[in-house]
Amino acid sequence: MEPQPPPAAAEHTTNAEPSRGSGHAEPSRGSGHAESSRGSGRAESSQGSGRAESSQGSGRAESSQGSGHAGHAESLRGSERAEHAGHAGHAQSPQTPQITPSPQGPQGPESPQGPESPQGPKSPHGPESPQSPEGSGVGRRKVLAYLVAAPTLTVAVRVGADAWAPEAAAATPEATALPDVLPDLGDVLILAAAPTAHLLTLELGEDGTARFGLPRAEVGQGLTTAVAMLIADELDLPLDRIKVRLDDARPELLFNQLTGSSNSIRALHRPVRAAAAAARARLIATAARRWGTDAADLTTREGAVHAPDGRTLDYGALAARAAAPRTTEAPEVTLKPAGEQRVVGRPTGRIDARAIVTGRQEYALDLDVPGAKPAMVRRPPTVNGTVAKVHNAAAVRGMAGVLDVVEIATGVAVVAETFGQALAGKDALRVDWGPGTVDELSHEDIKARLRKTVPDFLPPLLVRHIDAEYDFAPVSHAPLETNSAVADVRDDRATVWTAAQSPIAARAAVAKAIGLPPSRVDFHVVQAGGSFGRRLFYDAAIEAAQVSKAAGRPVRLMWSRVDDMRHGRMRPPTHHKLRVTHTRGGTPLSLQHRTASVEIDAGHGIGDALTAGLTELPAAGETFAQTMFRLSMRSPYDLGATAQTLTELPLKLHTGSWRSVYSGTARAAEEMFLDEVAEQLGADPVEFRRTRLRTAAQRAVLDAATRDWGRELPAGCAQGVGFHEEYKSRVAYLVELDARDPKEPRVTRAVIAVDVGRAVNPRGVEAQMLGGLTDGIATALRAGLHFDKGLPLEGSYSQFHYARQKDSPPDVTVHVIDSDAEPGGVGELGVPAAVAAVGNAYARATGTRVRSFPILFDVDFEPFPR
Amino acid sequence: MPAHTFTVNGEQVTVDAPDDLPLLWVLRDLLGIRGPKYGCGIDVCKACTSHLDGEAVNPCAVPVSEVADREVTTIEGLADGDRLHPVQEAWLEQDVAQCGYCQPGQIMAAVALLRRTKSPTDEEIDAIANVCRCGTYFRIREAIKSAAARMS
Repeated sequence: MEPQPPPAAAEHTTNAEPSRGSGHAEPSRGSGHAESSRGSGRAESSQGSGRAESSQGSGRAESSQGSGHAGHAESLRGSERAEHAGHAGHAQSPQTPQITPSPQGPQGPESPQGPESPQGPKSPHGPESPQSPEGSGVGRRKVLAYLVAAPTLTVAVRVGADAWAPEAAAATPEATALPDVLPDLGDVLILAAAPTAHLLTLELGEDGTARFGLPRAEVGQGLTTAVAMLIADELDLPLDRIKVRLDDARPELLFNQLTGSSNSIRALHRPVRAAAAAARARLIATAARRWGTDAADLTTREGAVHAPDGRTLDYGALAARAAAPRTTEAPEVTLKPAGEQRVVGRPTGRIDARAIVTGRQEYALDLDVPGAKPAMVRRPPTVNGTVAKVHNAAAVRGMAGVLDVVEIATGVAVVAETFGQALAGKDALRVDWGPGTVDELSHEDIKARLRKTVPDFLPPLLVRHIDAEYDFAPVSHAPLETNSAVADVRDDRATVWTAAQSPIAARAAVAKAIGLPPSRVDFHVVQAGGSFGRRLFYDAAIEAAQVSKAAGRPVRLMWSRVDDMRHGRMRPPTHHKLRVTHTRGGTPLSLQHRTASVEIDAGHGIGDALTAGLTELPAAGETFAQTMFRLSMRSPYDLGATAQTLTELPLKLHTGSWRSVYSGTARAAEEMFLDEVAEQLGADPVEFRRTRLRTAAQRAVLDAATRDWGRELPAGCAQGVGFHEEYKSRVAYLVELDARDPKEPRVTRAVIAVDVGRAVNPRGVEAQMLGGLTDGIATALRAGLHFDKGLPLEGSYSQFHYARQKDSPPDVTVHVIDSDAEPGGVGELGVPAAVAAVGNAYARATGTRVRSFPILFDVDFEPFPR
Repeated sequence: MPAHTFTVNGEQVTVDAPDDLPLLWVLRDLLGIRGPKYGCGIDVCKACTSHLDGEAVNPCAVPVSEVADREVTTIEGLADGDRLHPVQEAWLEQDVAQCGYCQPGQIMAAVALLRRTKSPTDEEIDAIANVCRCGTYFRIREAIKSAAARMS
């Protein structure tokens, strides 16, 4: 892959916090598209057809949606259009007010933050001034920064609706969540008196190191690296002198501490840069005072202020002197224009890479919490089953190394000196179980019920039509680090350490489970060994706290892999009915897509965030899930009148958002259906897409991925393509698949082109596209769960058939197309297009349209005992 | 409880543990060596891959009694002080890791492979069965090839 070695900085970083790509992206720059392609060792030149921003915006604005919500969708698009128009002024268009209600209202009188003030004379440190070459979408809002009274230079910035791109706040359900911690009047007053309490803080130490608290999870997506890069650039500080730590649960952040919907960089890039820029300005001012020179003559680089006469002062030496004696609003600053950015946009290795390759990166169970003993839970034979009677607790307590056996709501826990002994103890338990919530349910039942959940299409009048149906099996999140948490519960307080995407809701739930007020629970967020949506749920934290409380000692609680797959979360199974109507001449007139999904459990705060983020009520009769579906599903094509609907089947399975949520199945189904439609209309699948995509940016991505579409391959091998646009980003996957043995298909090559707006870290973007590719290969070809009498049969990676090296192509190229658009989301972007590309390649290679995924889904193993 | 004496990362250790306690838990829970990760406990995911007398093994499936007087190397013992092993260097060069949880095992598997063959073929790399749920396989492959070039 790309030959550029990681910057030296990355190598010094030891235990900085994690980081990486998923999020990411950043603002733009002026040149519309140089594509920095890095991928397998080849450097490609880029290209990117000229893309007219305006066409991008307006094209999108026209996409037609299902009826009923058009009003809302249109207005969102309206603001988006403004965003992309490149004129900051437009961003303050009349639509903006609809997303402005800031959940954290309290702010001092000195924060005139009016969502729409940027034009005003005060126009404070707006990140980018309207005329800034930063171009598009910038300058629409200032980000208020504060100099905070502290021993060394400390800058704080608001995060929230006012710091967000307007469309981000309204269009993503992710904003964040916190239900039961909504402030009462007293809280509001307290917060009002402390305007900096709910801010993001950047501290510069006398060691010359900047430390930033990130109110998000790092789960491998590369967010900490991207955030460190943003700071490095704006502060002129080497990357290895920036430490990004994950914030503990901070209830005052309300809806701004939830990691999801690929929105972290979209939400944070501006405030993070503003904080760094304010800190840099303060350092310059401090040096100028000290030297008695004009600040305008001073420059910064490599963590020091430089005077024209050669004098320099390291930031560390200025840190204490630059500290504010009392908290005040920081003077206005201007963010660097894209052309002056040196770190952002440069492919950069993860800041925690060295810690990872030396085994020093710590996950929850690697932490040294004094006295915390291993604990594992024996779980019921069916999902949501209950403990009826434990027969041999005393005998198990007597086993070697076993310290305690305690009953909790979800099973029976064994605490021991080692996990090996806890595991042996739990296996030795004899327990009678009460019924679960879906004991009779099996895979085929669910499939049949889903098919009946949405009505079949009636024959259309007067026009021709093409119909297809697709089914997707449930898929385990299966992060490599199983569900786990450390908890130390005392009489009057508790401390928890775990990987968490929604720590505020998690803290409240833990508190409730052990009967303490949330204020008595310290909730530390630890870097995750993968997530894919799994860490939105905090069941391990609750269990660890319950076990710690019952056993009267701190515990390190871990789920076994078997339990993680069987009792953990899963992407809900879905069924899709699709229809395109068209004229006799082959012109599409309409696309209808009816999705049936087992109810998705969003009880982790997203629902509350969504409610808070919406400025209009959902359409009459619309459920939360339908709102979320509507906000995430868009067809990138002009296929005439388009209606995409969701109907949920209420079954109490352990479902949850799985990377790319609805799009991972629904948009994948549309992309495969599109191939069928093209074929039936006698069109080439790539050309068919190309002519119906709405914007130049979309076409640029498709073109970059399909330059050698149609090249000669042996019989039994074929190319397949998939496209997806979401999170203000777009991607196309081309894969080549060898299905000469249809039972042993192998993706042999992939070409991926992605446009995420300005990519903060192109290397991180590329990593996320590679991850999407692997997820696409796995879930299209082999990975899935068979629900059988109330429990999945799969209990290991080999049974679940998640992709391994032998399933992964040895030839991959990723083109990261640079653009001057606002940064879009990245982490979840790839999956739908990758799934579709693999499915389409399989169909073309074998001549068989597959209706049910994964394609190869035999139970080829002996399930573990229940 | 029986005492077991063996070498870990160059140091001799003695632990009291049942004979059948998997080495993984001896390392992680008794010795505090936490580079090797749990991912399945049954030698399927390979996240704990370490070396026993220089060959790749999965400590989750090796009873501690089997390592008496033998030499165990975990990811922590791979580098020479601050000087990384060429495979670790290659991992940095390719920026392989995402969540990083499987990478100690991936690296130990790659080191073992490169001990068996100086320039592994794609088929030999395919045979590494360590699961990476983030899907970093392509970069792992590139890093192994890069390391092979560095070491030749």
